[in-house]
Amino acid sequence: MTFVRPGVLCAALAAAFPAAASAATDADLKQLREQLRELRQSYEQRIQALEQRLAETERQASQAAASAAEAGTTASAAARSVVQVESRAAEAQAAVDSVARRPAGEGAFNPAVSLILDSKFTRLQRDPASYRIDGFMPSGGEVGPPRKGFSLGESELAFSANVDHLFRGNARFSLAEDNGQGTVEVEEVNVETLAMPAGFKLKAGRFLSGVGYLNQQHPHEWDFTDAPLAYKAFFGPRLQNDGLQLRWVAPTELFMEFGAEVASGERFPGAERKANGAGLWSAFAHVGGDIGDSSAWRVGLSHVHSNPRERSFEDGGVNNVFSGRSQTWIADFIYKWAPNGNSSVTNLKLQGEYFQRRETGELTYDTDGAAALSAARFRPSGAYLQAVYQFMPRWRVGVRGDWLRSGTTDLGTLSVADLPILAGYDPRRQSAMVDWSPSEFSRLRLQVARDQSRNGEGDNQVWLQYIMSLGAHGAHTF
Amino acid sequence: MFSKAILRLAVVLMAFAAMPASAALNVFATVPEWAALAREVGGDKLNVFSATNALQDPHRIEAKPSLIARARSAQLVIATGADLEVGWLPVVLREAGNAAIQPGQPGYLEAASTVRLLEVPARLDRADGDVHPGGNPHIQTDPRNVLKVADVLAVRLTQLDPANAAAYKAGLARFTERWKAAMGRWEQAAAPLHGVPVWVQHRSFPYLADWLGLKELGALEPKPGVEPSSAHLAGILERQKATPARLILRPAYSRPTASEWLGERAHLPVVVLPFTVGGDAEAGDLFALFDDTIRRLLAGLK
Repeated sequence: MTFVRPGVLCAALAAAFPAAASAATDADLKQLREQLRELRQSYEQRIQALEQRLAETERQASQAAASAAEAGTTASAAARSVVQVESRAAEAQAAVDSVARRPAGEGAFNPAVSLILDSKFTRLQRDPASYRIDGFMPSGGEVGPPRKGFSLGESELAFSANVDHLFRGNARFSLAEDNGQGTVEVEEVNVETLAMPAGFKLKAGRFLSGVGYLNQQHPHEWDFTDAPLAYKAFFGPRLQNDGLQLRWVAPTELFMEFGAEVASGERFPGAERKANGAGLWSAFAHVGGDIGDSSAWRVGLSHVHSNPRERSFEDGGVNNVFSGRSQTWIADFIYKWAPNGNSSVTNLKLQGEYFQRRETGELTYDTDGAAALSAARFRPSGAYLQAVYQFMPRWRVGVRGDWLRSGTTDLGTLSVADLPILAGYDPRRQSAMVDWSPSEFSRLRLQVARDQSRNGEGDNQVWLQYIMSLGAHGAHTF
Repeated sequence: MFSKAILRLAVVLMAFAAMPASAALNVFATVPEWAALAREVGGDKLNVFSATNALQDPHRIEAKPSLIARARSAQLVIATGADLEVGWLPVVLREAGNAAIQPGQPGYLEAASTVRLLEVPARLDRADGDVHPGGNPHIQTDPRNVLKVADVLAVRLTQLDPANAAAYKAGLARFTERWKAAMGRWEQAAAPLHGVPVWVQHRSFPYLADWLGLKELGALEPKPGVEPSSAHLAGILERQKATPARLILRPAYSRPTASEWLGERAHLPVVVLPFTVGGDAEAGDLFALFDDTIRRLLAGLK
C-alpha cells in the first residue's frame, strides 16, 4: 500500500500557489505550517489505527481459521469414535447373539433325530421258537421272547419336525437283524395337523393306535422288557394302523379326549385285504386329572372293530383261515403318585388294562387239504396289572401279573382235537423287575418271569437289558 | 347300536365346543413365578394357572392329563424357555390341539428370550449332564430380569386382549413402581452379602449371585441334574479347606442329603432358598419371595 508523503505534499502546494506564497506573510506561513503538521499528525494517527485494526483482524482471522480447523478435527474424531463404539457394540451384540442363537443355515432346519439302542441278554428254559399262547388264535406278530443268550434287539431311529405352520411330520424306523439279514421296519410314518380349530387334531399315515394305554408307547418306554400277554394275544403285540386318526380334547378343566380311527386293517385282528375302503375302525375316550398335588390319573375305554377276510393261522403244521367279524373292548387305567408331585426321589405308578374280544364267523380247517368249514364263535378276555415303585433316585422295582382266558369257544362242527391251539386254556405270567437309570437317557434292567403261555409248559425267564437314548431330548409322556 | 352311540357322543361334544369361553384371559404359566407375575400385571383380567408348584423340579414334569386339559383352553402360555421345560411342554402343547399357543404364535411367550442368559455352555455333550444349550434358565432369581419379563408380558397381554389395554398398562406401571422401590430396599439390605463365597446344590442361582455379588465357588452336583456322589462331596470338603465358603445354598425342591452332609462336616450353614413363589410359607408372592430370600441369606451369615 502506498501513501503520499507529507513533505512531498507541502512542496507541491508551494509550487501551486507561488503568488500567494510570495504575497503571504511569515505569520501566515507559520499558520500554514501548523495546519500541515496537524494534518500530517491526524493522517499518521488514522493510518496507524487502520494498520492496527488490519493486524488485529488478520490475527483474529487466523485464530478463527485455527479454531475452525481444530473444531473440524474434533468433530471428525468424535464421529470416528462414535462409529468405532457402534461397530464394537454391534460386534459385542453379534458375539452375544451367536452364542444365544443356534447357528443359522441349512442345518438349522434339520429334524429332531433320536436313536434308541436296545439290547438284551436272556436265559430261557424253553426254546423261544416254540413260543405260543395256548387258547388263542395266533396273531402272526412277533410275540415270543428273543433268542437265548445275547441278542441285539431293535434299535429305533426317529425323526420329527414341523413341516410348516400347519403340519408336523414324524418317522420312526426299527432296525434289527433277523437270521443274519438286516431288517428295517416302519414303525410310524405320519403327518399330524398343528393348527386345526376347536381342539381337533388329525393324523394320517402309519401310527400306533390311541386305544388302551400302553399301545401308543414304544418298547423303550415300557416298564418291563416285553409287552403284557394281553397285548401279545389281542394285538400281536400292538395295534399299528395305516389310516387316519381324529382326536378332540374338550375345553374343560377335567381332561377329556375322544378319538376315532379308520385304517386299512391289514394286520391282526384284521387280515390282508384286496378291497377298497377301510378294514378297521376304532374309537376311544380318555378322562383324566389330578387328585391334589401328589396324584394324577387317567381312565379310558376303547373299541376296535374289524371284518377279517381269510385271516390265516397255522396250528400243528395245518393252515386254517377265519373270516367274520371281530370286536374288541379295552378298559384301561393309570394312576401315578409322587410326594408333592415331585417324582425325582420317590414315585409310584399303577396301571392295568382289561381286554375282551368277540369274534363270530366261519372257520376253515386245513385249507390245503380237507377244507372243512364251520361257523365258529370266540369270546376270549385278558388283563394285566402292574406296579412300579421308585424307592430312591435312579432305582425302581416293579411287579406285573398277566391273566388270559380263552373263554367260551364254539367250533361248530369242527373238532378241538384238530385245532389244539384253540383248546380251552387260561395262560398266565408273573414278572418282576428292577432297573437303574443313571440319567434320563440310560436305563439298565433285570427282569425275571414265570411264563405259562404254553399249556403245561412253564418257562422261567431271566432278562438283562439296556436302553440308551441318543439325540433329541425325549418327551415325558404320561 | 354303535353308530348311534357315536352320534350321541358327537352331540355331547358339540355342546361342549359351543360353550362360551370365560371372559377372563386364560394364562397357563409353566412355573409359579410367571403365574405370580401375570397376577401382578393383569390382576382380575386374567385367569392364571401354574402348571407346577415350587416343590417340583421343573426339569422333571410329565405331560399329565390335567396339564393338557388346561393348555387346551389357554390363550397365553408363559414358559421360561431355554430348554427348562423341554421334557414336557412340547408334548402338552401338541396334545392340547390349541393352535393359538404354539411356539411362534402371540399366545406363546418365553421369558428367557427377554433377558441375557448366563452360563451359556461352550460345548454341548450329554456327558456333561443335563446341560441347557441356551444358557442357565433359572432367570427369576434376579429381580432385574423379572422387570424385563413384566414389560414384555404387558405388551403381549395388550396384544391378545386389546379391550383391557388400559388395565394392563396401569398394572405394569403400578408393579414397576413398587418393584423398583423394593429393589432399592433389597439391594441396601443385601449389601453385607457382596463378595460372600458360597457353594450351591444345583446351578440354580447364577442370576441371584450376579445381582447380589455372591461368589459361587462351585456346585455340589458334579454335573447338572446328576446327584452328588460321596467322592465328589469329599472333594468339595477338601476345596472348602483351601478356599472356604460361608454358605451352602439349595433350592426348596431339591433333596437335602448332600448339602446337609457337607454343611455338617464343614460347619457351614445350609440356606434353603424358596427359589420361586410358594417355595416356603413366607414366599407367598414375588415381593415376599425376595424379602424372604434376602432375609434367609442374611440369617445364614450370622
